[in-house]
Amino acid sequence: MALIKRITTTPKLDFIGKRNIFLACSGALVALSVILFFVQGLNFGVDFRGGILVEVRTTAVCDISDLRSRLGGIGLGEVTLQEFGQPEDVLINVEKPQGDEAEQIEAINVLKAALEGCVEEYRRTEFVGPKVGSELKQAGILATLLSLLGIGLYIWFRFEWQFSVAALIALAHDVITTIGFYALTQIEFNLATLAAVLTIAGYSINDTVVIFDRVRETLRKYKKMAFLELLNLSINLTLTRTVLTSVTTLIALIALFIFGGEVIRGFAIGLIWGVVIGTYSSVGLAVPLLARMHLRGGTMASSEEADEGPANKAPDSA
Amino acid sequence: MVQIPRWQYITVIVVLLGGLILAAPNLISRQAAEELPNWLPSDQINLGLDLRGGIHLLMEADIQGVIEERQNNLAETLRLDLRRDGIEGTRISVAPDGAVILRLADPSQVDLAKDIARRQSVDYLVTSEGDNGVRVEYSDQALIQLANQIMEQTLEIIRIRIDETGTREPSIQRQGSERILLQLPGVDDPERVKDLLEAEAKLNFKFVDENVVPGVDRTPPGTEILPSREVGPNGEPVSYAIRKRIMVSGENLVDAQATFQDNQPVVSFRFDSEGAKRFARATQENVGRLFAIVLDNEVISAPVIREPILGGSGVISGRFTTQEVNDLALLLRAGALPASLVFLEERTVGPGLGADSIRAGEIACILGFILVVIFMGSTYGMFGIVANVALVANLVLIMAALSLLQATLTLPGIAGIVLTIGMAVDANVLIFERIREEARLGRGPVGAIDAGFRRAITTILDSNLTTLIAAFLLFFFGSGPVKGFAVTLSLGIISSMFTAFMVTRLLISFWLRRKRPKALPI
Repeated sequence: MALIKRITTTPKLDFIGKRNIFLACSGALVALSVILFFVQGLNFGVDFRGGILVEVRTTAVCDISDLRSRLGGIGLGEVTLQEFGQPEDVLINVEKPQGDEAEQIEAINVLKAALEGCVEEYRRTEFVGPKVGSELKQAGILATLLSLLGIGLYIWFRFEWQFSVAALIALAHDVITTIGFYALTQIEFNLATLAAVLTIAGYSINDTVVIFDRVRETLRKYKKMAFLELLNLSINLTLTRTVLTSVTTLIALIALFIFGGEVIRGFAIGLIWGVVIGTYSSVGLAVPLLARMHLRGGTMASSEEADEGPANKAPDSA
Repeated sequence: MVQIPRWQYITVIVVLLGGLILAAPNLISRQAAEELPNWLPSDQINLGLDLRGGIHLLMEADIQGVIEERQNNLAETLRLDLRRDGIEGTRISVAPDGAVILRLADPSQVDLAKDIARRQSVDYLVTSEGDNGVRVEYSDQALIQLANQIMEQTLEIIRIRIDETGTREPSIQRQGSERILLQLPGVDDPERVKDLLEAEAKLNFKFVDENVVPGVDRTPPGTEILPSREVGPNGEPVSYAIRKRIMVSGENLVDAQATFQDNQPVVSFRFDSEGAKRFARATQENVGRLFAIVLDNEVISAPVIREPILGGSGVISGRFTTQEVNDLALLLRAGALPASLVFLEERTVGPGLGADSIRAGEIACILGFILVVIFMGSTYGMFGIVANVALVANLVLIMAALSLLQATLTLPGIAGIVLTIGMAVDANVLIFERIREEARLGRGPVGAIDAGFRRAITTILDSNLTTLIAAFLLFFFGSGPVKGFAVTLSLGIISSMFTAFMVTRLLISFWLRRKRPKALPI
């Protein structure tokens, strides 16, 4: 009945042997993301860019081209319209409203007056003034950096510093490539998307820590085993779990992507990408990076003689 | 690990039962929940504005503007006082930083000028500037006090204005030193709310300067040209020359009501005794002249004074709709805002979109849940079913915690729950995989399960705590929707740890003792 019974032995895939291939791939992905970020840039949503966003459901007599012609000549600058989910739902984006906050909020009235008779329902109106937009951007960057720092400190506290460095590099890799993903697809980057990026950081570190935990345990258990072999064993021992958890998370996320509605879609697709890249980076980047850190030569060697090493304080050594 | 002390059984049962009871009100309608007897928990999950529809407005009070105005007044007062005390030829200016600067013609009079300035108020800091200058500014403490006072008044007036519109459950909070966040659920006319908030509602009765024809004559000092609500015979805009001096101010109003006069909607008002006295005197002395009712620098009407108005009450009429009359009466009753407000951010969600979002979120949750349950069941068989029971318990606990904490559930928050459904089984997968591994090393079922749980615990703690750290930071530094997401994610992580350690373990140990299996089903 349980399908898992078919997997009777620990897989023996050679991840560490291919670490240079992984490293090259990750390096290329990061480089590509950085280039995309600077060349293409992110498609910032109204949260960070500031401006006006109005979602309307049109009446039967109007369609998107009617709206476009009505909004053409009212002097609000660049106004873009797009269908949102279904033909009668239209997203109106005033990219760069003129003037200060008071004039911009007045622009909403101008816009609504121009659409008189064409709108069945104003589904949402978002106005973010220039002041708040830049504040949200700063707060977002701060939240991201602090999350990374907090995670790094925790891992440093629980493991050796080498683990912390490897985890943070993998984490930065995930965050950068996710931003690259948004730059490539030009999916709107807003507050919710930022939350997606930070969740990816959380998910990916979760994955990494599970494998690191196992590395620490096998290091203690097999003191004579070659280090690279030991890393590979740790990955393989946790591989079933890595795959299963990714699959269940992806199942839930795909349900969210398909059925969660238009507003949440950009957020869900980012999470899907992040789970894939986060799983890959734990196996293909974080652990292989440990191989370069000469763990055994340094701190770990001393913990063989004395049991007071910080790593040995973990409750599971009992 | 397999031997479970009695207190743990009891804890699990109590927590789960409590969870069920707290989560239960969410299954019935809001109205039905409110009618539950008091001793039953009836708190439902608090839906965010993005789900229930409503308006979110971030405003900033222009405190700087108030201070500038006061400093300008101070400059005028000082001009008079200095002259009265025999100090002539002083140049007075207001510096960009808000300080009033006096440049005296005779440096020997600096000390006298300082005394005069100090006499105005203890709130002022008076210092020398150069050898013939005096600098008068608010002390830092006075500035903070002034700002606090303005903000408190502003909040109070906003509260009255919003309450009078009949909005249920408004949330009006001060944010930082000069900002106010207003959240109104279920408002369907955001423009009206904004109009109500934006109006300073400074009502003044002033005289019309009948010697000046607007747009033709030069405007003398003490007179200003103000636009009117009235329109000319051909629909052209009308403006009046209005004397700046205030005849009676709106501060002297005690009541204002919307009513009808000659089938026209009008606002009737009543002055307090001082206002009534002043109004009576002014109208007695000026029969036949025009006076103007000015609201926020717009002339509402400019009637002729036909006879002295002695009763201390009157009506304001002038091309109003019923709604406008209601709002004007409301604004006059609530009082004028001490500082003007600027809208920094607006987010309005219509009821249609909110309902759609809830529906979509529910479908995503249910489908995600069903798919994960099928996957776990087919992968782990009997143990998968145990994990699924833990997952249900997990969802119940999240709902219960959201209801209990009255945390706000937002659309990204629903996404957090869906994500949690996927991630919650992780702890179980870690345990099961560890059990399988221990069994492969040759341990019997009991030994394998015992070792599996014990070994998996550290890993689960380490991995979930890192995610929890990220979620906490998201909560503290994120805003709005991000916060809602952080809340459900954190709750999901905590409850998934609890269900994996307690619920799963309890069920498996129960099964072990009942069946005494020779081999593990996974």
